[in-house]
Amino acid sequence: MRLDSATVLMTNDVGDHLILPRGEFDALVAHTLDTRSDRYHDLRAKNFVADDYGSVHARVLASRYRTKKAFLDGFAKLHIFVATLRCDHSCPYCQVSRQSEDRLKYDMTPEMARKGVDLMLRVPAPAVTCEFQGGEALLNFPLVQETIEYAVEQNQTMGKRIDFVVCTNLSTLSDEHLAYFARRNVKVSTSLDGPAFLHDRNRPFTKGSSHAVVERNIRRAQEALGLSQVSALMTATRESLKHPQAIVDEYLRLNLGSIFLRSLSPYGFAVKTQKSIGYTADEFLAFYKAALSHIIAVNRGGRTFSEAYASIILQKILTPFPVGYVDLQSPAGAGFGAVVYNYDGEVYASDEARMLAEMNDTSFRLGSLLENSYEEIFFGQRMQEIAAASCNEALAGCSDCAFQPYCGADPVFHYATQADMFGNRASSDFCRKNMGIMRHLFGLLGSGDSEIQEIFAAWISESSLTEARLPPAPWL
Amino acid sequence: MALKITSLGRAEGLSERAVLRVTRTPLSDVASRRDHVLVIEQGVPDHGLDLSGYGAILVKDGPGAPVAAGHALPVIRLPDVAHLEAGHIVAVSPRSGFVRTVFRPESPHNTLFATGRCNSNCLMCSQPPKDEDDSYLVAENLRIIELIDRPPEALGITGGEPTLLGDGLVGVLSVLREKLPQTYVHMLTNGRRYRDSGFVRKLANVGHPAFVSGIPLYADVATVHDYIVQAEGAFDETVEGLYNAAEAGLAVEIRVVLHKQSVPRLVPLVEYIYRNFPFVTHVALMGLEHMGYVKKNWDTLWVDPVAYVAELTAAVRYLHQRRVNVSIYNLQLCLLPQELWGLAKKSISDFKNVYLPECEQCAVRSHCCGLFLSQMNRHSAHIRAM
Repeated sequence: MRLDSATVLMTNDVGDHLILPRGEFDALVAHTLDTRSDRYHDLRAKNFVADDYGSVHARVLASRYRTKKAFLDGFAKLHIFVATLRCDHSCPYCQVSRQSEDRLKYDMTPEMARKGVDLMLRVPAPAVTCEFQGGEALLNFPLVQETIEYAVEQNQTMGKRIDFVVCTNLSTLSDEHLAYFARRNVKVSTSLDGPAFLHDRNRPFTKGSSHAVVERNIRRAQEALGLSQVSALMTATRESLKHPQAIVDEYLRLNLGSIFLRSLSPYGFAVKTQKSIGYTADEFLAFYKAALSHIIAVNRGGRTFSEAYASIILQKILTPFPVGYVDLQSPAGAGFGAVVYNYDGEVYASDEARMLAEMNDTSFRLGSLLENSYEEIFFGQRMQEIAAASCNEALAGCSDCAFQPYCGADPVFHYATQADMFGNRASSDFCRKNMGIMRHLFGLLGSGDSEIQEIFAAWISESSLTEARLPPAPWL
Repeated sequence: MALKITSLGRAEGLSERAVLRVTRTPLSDVASRRDHVLVIEQGVPDHGLDLSGYGAILVKDGPGAPVAAGHALPVIRLPDVAHLEAGHIVAVSPRSGFVRTVFRPESPHNTLFATGRCNSNCLMCSQPPKDEDDSYLVAENLRIIELIDRPPEALGITGGEPTLLGDGLVGVLSVLREKLPQTYVHMLTNGRRYRDSGFVRKLANVGHPAFVSGIPLYADVATVHDYIVQAEGAFDETVEGLYNAAEAGLAVEIRVVLHKQSVPRLVPLVEYIYRNFPFVTHVALMGLEHMGYVKKNWDTLWVDPVAYVAELTAAVRYLHQRRVNVSIYNLQLCLLPQELWGLAKKSISDFKNVYLPECEQCAVRSHCCGLFLSQMNRHSAHIRAM
């Protein structure tokens, strides 16, 4: 792929990459590149060319491919429980929530949750994540608690590692919640869209300023659980796009270690409000680059602070290892990496799939907690159909894209936006956004800036900038 | 001055190589005497000293030397015996009277010499291979292990190429696990024999709790590596070996000797190591020792370390940033930017470690690896007191 008029990016299926001058690329294609040159050695060592000398390429490639696809080992590791659909916010971009107070209609029952836990513990993976979402999950805290207790108890004979995460707007956070989270090592993931003027505009709250509440409760949670146990993510609206710096600075002010710059999802209510809060993929990209540039400047100033999406992609580019991020995988995370147990006992292939269901489209319904078995849910007809559209190695427009080894397939997104699980890359916003971000990251990687290398190294190893630097001699 | 570990003298009454533990005081336990050599530096031991049962008597030769007459014991005469301390283990050659200290409990650098044979012929080999039958070394090493009474923290296995011993090596490792389970065992091997996954599994099945294979890789490109080790196909065998070792659960570290042939591919090499062998426990980047073939191939190999500091820094940064353990061996602090000092180790074995006169004034001398004895006259032009 041409990065610019003078440089070409080469990648391969195991994730090696090489940025080379156009002239050398042309020489390679024309078979005139000197086989004694350093560039030829680079191409050989990165598995782009093989010649008569040596036979070990296949063993190397096998090991690398197995490593890169290791996220498939153990099957679906992210199990999302929609504790309730009720919520006390009315965000225009919300994909799913309901204002209703009708507990019977919109709360998950303990019986369903137990079935979900049973499925989660049956997955062969030695480590799983049990995540609670909503609506606002803490409006049904008893279910969250019961589910975790049941999981811990059942797991005594299984011995899996279970990471518990509660996604919450923190509006009802109590000392009781915090004490319980501390006891069971539960992580908290919240929403913070930026400074008060923006956050409150994006996230209307029935009981006053959402921002004031979330700020206070982020601090409480950090105090009670530790900084690393509390994270936040933002959703960008059209208004947000004007304030990349202010949004980042708000995360810094609240002592959060990273930010996840997220665009709107084309599901749920967000579809109806697209005209008032939406934007194009290119507009989001401009915002993303501006925010990332500010984040890098912050790191240059000595403070470790990462952008989560860039970190995910950089891990794929710079390490031989896979990342357990279900929205950017091939095969896609839907059903293979994640499963959603909805409040009503229905099982969906992904969070987005259940949002589609809220729009009365149950195309990605895998079954029912109360009616179907593990085999029926995970290996049924529906899952087979999703799987067929889940490998970007075999998708038109992806299979010959240089970014394919680092990108993913998203059948749910393409079904929602293009009425086709396979999708058409030419008009895909998923494609436009991810290609734009990857092109930008490769540009930064190719810039030869050693400070950026150090910053990215800290992000991908989830360590501090100090740790990424060489340690001073202990005797100095 | 480097430590003395060898001495040439005369041996009488010795029919075959003997491996014995040094004692400087007479032992009352007669049964244990056969494992010991009694060192007598001064005085005449005949007076009332019971010498029966010792493996040998070792005396300081020269005018007025003590005479151990009237005993049917092997007697070894050395010009100097001061370096032989109680607890040391020595190997004595019967004909030449060559006495080598093969184990010193106080040293962190003890190694078992597995064999002089090798299947590679590296340009920079410090211990050029000898193609002769030295299979007696297996029994000798087992004997050394048996005689160790103070388990060392670490023990090396070196050669030649230790894996050429095949099952003999499996036997040595098994005995190490049995007799010295607390001792970390580090073996220098080119890893080529690890291509045989059956052999690797045998080694792994020994179940040694702390056994690491230090395997050299000199380039990310087969042609360059094979040229350096002077063996076609070696790169492929070592790469297969690394994977077999990892699959069998054997710990491996990678060692890179830095010289004119390896430095140009150093940065691509460490990227290759991380991308393809992220399981390695350690990467050591090592300065050249002026020994063996290095003398002969000096012009092909020598590059002053100050000339490759940029590549070395980039390689070390890359590995550290990827959370790979990395160390610098055999390079003097005065040649390195301060950024690298934290990873530069005192790597040179005590018995061949020296410092130059200019080092006396150096403020960081005690933290510096110094030089190999063999480098006294062939070293960087930039050694200076800091």
